[in-house]
Amino acid sequence: MSFEAFLIVAAILFCIGLFGALARRNVLVVLMSIELMFNAVNVTLVAMAKYLAPAALQDDISSVLTGQVFAVFIVTVAAAEIALGLGIVFAMYRTNESVDLTEATQLRH
Amino acid sequence: MVVQDVVFWILSVMAVCAALGVVLVKDLFRAALLLIVVFMAVAGFFVLLSAEFLAVVQVLIYVGAIAILIIFAVMLTRDVQHGNLPNRLQIPAAVFASLLLAVLVTVAVDTKWDFLPSEQQERAELVQTSSVTTLSGDVLTDSGVTSPDDQAEVQGSGLADLLIGDYVLPFEVVSVLLLAALIGALALVRPDPGTGRG
Repeated sequence: MSFEAFLIVAAILFCIGLFGALARRNVLVVLMSIELMFNAVNVTLVAMAKYLAPAALQDDISSVLTGQVFAVFIVTVAAAEIALGLGIVFAMYRTNESVDLTEATQLRH
Repeated sequence: MVVQDVVFWILSVMAVCAALGVVLVKDLFRAALLLIVVFMAVAGFFVLLSAEFLAVVQVLIYVGAIAILIIFAVMLTRDVQHGNLPNRLQIPAAVFASLLLAVLVTVAVDTKWDFLPSEQQERAELVQTSSVTTLSGDVLTDSGVTSPDDQAEVQGSGLADLLIGDYVLPFEVVSVLLLAALIGALALVRPDPGTGRG
């Protein structure tokens, strides 16, 4: 259970999420993939907080929590993103009768 | 340590397989359920990384709120029969994602990380796990933090102290962001007052 193992698992999760966000047509799957990427980044941040020495460690022991603070903010932003994202999904479903991203072309000139 | 290793590998396999399922499974509802498995595995990672508070937050917010919202969306949009189709970018996206994975793994393995000195590790772990509770002097003395100054420092450095201390401005900004996003989401899905339709 080394530090690198956490980073590699997080990298795998992130790349799966990236693939899903790029290659899927259903907007809900894209949103789920984005959540996967958020989670991968959170794992990386918390692993770094646990294993790495921050520059300010000598002055302040609480600097080992910085990664966790960032993760808390990411969770909050992810919640805001999913609320807004699902709002847009419903608006899109009402106008398009579909959640297929390739059919969402109204903003194209 | 061995137990933690075993737990780590179980969680890793669980997370990666479930994540692949989210992206590849044809049935959207199953994909949403597999997403919950990923979230739970990540919560397990947080426990292993001595971030108990984040693990609880992960279960409450991701599993309790976000996954449920997504399942609602899957049910309400009635597009389940089409399933999870790929677009034309599938092969370029797979190539790009695997290249990025190769780069990330190389960086993770090759970088010379500046690890936490081992004499600080126990103290750092105390600070990280004590996020929301205040540790009593006895617990700290047992863990080797004996001098009163050090004890005061550890006691005053939980996650909550940081969130409403050093990071109070981002904390407030993110609260406003969340409020604005929720109001925006409500405004988006509200029926048009004139016609009563969307």
